[in-house]
Amino acid sequence: MGTENKIEEKLKSEVKNLNFYYGNVHALKDVNMPIALNKVTALIGPSGCGKTTFLRCFNRMHDLYPNNRYEGEITLYPENVNIISSAIDPIEVRMRISMVFQKPNPFPKSIYENVAYGLRVRGVTKKNILDEKVEAALKGAALWEEVKDRLSGSAFDMSGGQQQRLCIARALATDPEILLFDEPTSALDPIATSKIEELVIELKKKVTILIVTHNMQQAARISDWTGFMMLGELIEFDKTDKIFTAPSEKLTEDYITGRFG
Amino acid sequence: MARFDEELIHLKEMVLRMGAMVERSIKDSVRSLVERDDDLAKAVIERDHQINTLDVQIDEECIRLIALMQPMAGDLRFLTTAMKITTDLERMGDNAVNIAERALELNREPILKPYIDIPHMSQIAQGMTRDALDAFVRRDKKLAMDVIMRDDEVDDLKYGILEELISFMIRDPNTVYRAMKISFVAQYLERIADHATNIAEMVIYLVAGKIIRHMALPTE
Repeated sequence: MGTENKIEEKLKSEVKNLNFYYGNVHALKDVNMPIALNKVTALIGPSGCGKTTFLRCFNRMHDLYPNNRYEGEITLYPENVNIISSAIDPIEVRMRISMVFQKPNPFPKSIYENVAYGLRVRGVTKKNILDEKVEAALKGAALWEEVKDRLSGSAFDMSGGQQQRLCIARALATDPEILLFDEPTSALDPIATSKIEELVIELKKKVTILIVTHNMQQAARISDWTGFMMLGELIEFDKTDKIFTAPSEKLTEDYITGRFG
Repeated sequence: MARFDEELIHLKEMVLRMGAMVERSIKDSVRSLVERDDDLAKAVIERDHQINTLDVQIDEECIRLIALMQPMAGDLRFLTTAMKITTDLERMGDNAVNIAERALELNREPILKPYIDIPHMSQIAQGMTRDALDAFVRRDKKLAMDVIMRDDEVDDLKYGILEELISFMIRDPNTVYRAMKISFVAQYLERIADHATNIAEMVIYLVAGKIIRHMALPTE
């Protein structure tokens, strides 16, 4: 395997010998991968390769279904805790690691309440604190200028690109340490896509980002590190420019040049 | 076969056609000098338009494929290599034209001395050009390294020729005009070998993904 874990970066997280099972299906096979602090790490690979399964391990999404089983470690730094350990409460993990999904999925609430939701769940009730956090999150998601005069309007009245940025604002409101993106622009047009991409590059100053994408140009444009997965295995992990100009593994080369199968 | 693969093959053929024309120009330009053949010299000068046209066509084709196919990894290296190789080939064509021009001038003058080292230099430069292009086609790193190694031989020959010509000029100022022209020819051939070396270096990038220009030679 062309995977090298000594990447000479400060790490936010480290995946060690991760195996994941959906019942009897062995979906992730002994994956090892460093996640660099304040960097964008992209996961690419054909459909069914396990990249979304991998992403979902990070916020314990798999705990929502029975018979799913984790083995190995996902260590979160600086505390050095294994976030997939059954001793760790998944809710705690999700406070620190937020996710943005493929299709924008705002709640049937106002723009303001969408962003405030996570804070209210956490027990924040003071209006001035909520106002402040909502504004900061909307600014962080590059949405504030477009919505500041209609915060009480329905989130459903926004365009698809705006809804996705609202979901990013919602994810940002609780000050997460890692943001997970699962194909965040596959439902968006090129202009909305480029806004999200710009935003991701901006956001990494504050938060570590892990992104799954089918769009290889997108991975090439916005990520610092790229992992290529196939059939549940991490085939190659390296600097993004290395992966896209001169990958070490033939399987990676075949995939990114579109000569698969 | 995928359409993109077919287009890459077509592009490779264009580069090879250009390479063959340049090789022929180098050979003919030196022959036009050695055999005092004005028609051959004129044919070299004439052919340069075709080489230039191909140079532009190959660049356009590379840019089109980069824009439309968004190539990655090996494909991307192939396209950038093709673009750079044709720049070198085009310059080599210009150098052959320069040799043909000097031939036309020297053919008006009495022979200074029989040409021995110039044809020898030309042969090595042609061989380097042919092998650099073969290495490109076969993605042959070893052959590319071999081309790079041969460049020193051409440099040494050039210095030998220049020393000899200088001694002619010191002994007899009447030879200055001809000796200068011949030293230009040696200089052009040395440049041609340098361009062949550049092509070989690009082939190593194509195969290994490593840029070795402006570096000490690897030991392997």
